[in-house]
Amino acid sequence: MMVWYVLIAVGTIICAIQAMRAVRLLTAALWLAGTSALVSVAIYLLGAPEVAAVELSVGAGLVTVLFVFAINLTGKEAVDERSLIPKPLAWVLIAVAIGCLAFLLLPGVITLPSEEVEPSLRDILWGTRRLDLWLQIVMIFSGVLGVLGLLGTSQVDLSFPGREDE
Amino acid sequence: MNISALNVFLILVVCLFTIGIYGLLITRNLIKMIVVLQILVKPAILAFVLAGHLRGQHNLGQSLALTVIVADTIVAVLGLSLAVQVRKHFGTLDLKHLNTLRR
Repeated sequence: MMVWYVLIAVGTIICAIQAMRAVRLLTAALWLAGTSALVSVAIYLLGAPEVAAVELSVGAGLVTVLFVFAINLTGKEAVDERSLIPKPLAWVLIAVAIGCLAFLLLPGVITLPSEEVEPSLRDILWGTRRLDLWLQIVMIFSGVLGVLGLLGTSQVDLSFPGREDE
Repeated sequence: MNISALNVFLILVVCLFTIGIYGLLITRNLIKMIVVLQILVKPAILAFVLAGHLRGQHNLGQSLALTVIVADTIVAVLGLSLAVQVRKHFGTLDLKHLNTLRR
């Protein structure tokens, strides 16, 4: 079983790196879908089947469809691969970010609540975390507005410079 | 699940976080940046579930992970919508050329 965990982890990392390195946007979106699918398998193995199902359907399904739709609307665009900031500086910033994460793992930095009998997912969602639920409803409405923004741009002017698929 | 398998997933969280931060820093295309942002959120979801598993509070971890998934999806939708509008008004998605908010 351990071999499967390692394979899933390595596959996820490869998919994420390919999504980051892909030159074509459509390819990057498909690698991202692969990353989401493998992450959902990892979540399932960690004992959270509900979240795994949502991640698989939303992360690997809905988001990929949205990416393909947006890429079709914007068209292909060649972007200079040189980054705006030097790559050594990027690695320094990554080291700082991981250092901050590691600091949080030091004993005594975060005091966790004592373990108690855990309520069901339904009780947590609709009772303890009710504010989260309302926030999610507000976010979903703003997402609907975002989709309207996407759909409202069907008549993109094709005469803009830089559009290469004409 | 033994502790070594949990270590594998913990290493996966750190690796995905590193890839996400690095990609976010070096990417110049707006849509590619949203792709990388999606990669950056995956370790957060995984970390919530992992922490719930480690603490024996599966349902709390799942609840928080669900909230992150919803927020992540909405960020992708709004970001893509903005990217399409930017492409429509400025004719490019390259961040280097988007140094003004005026059309």
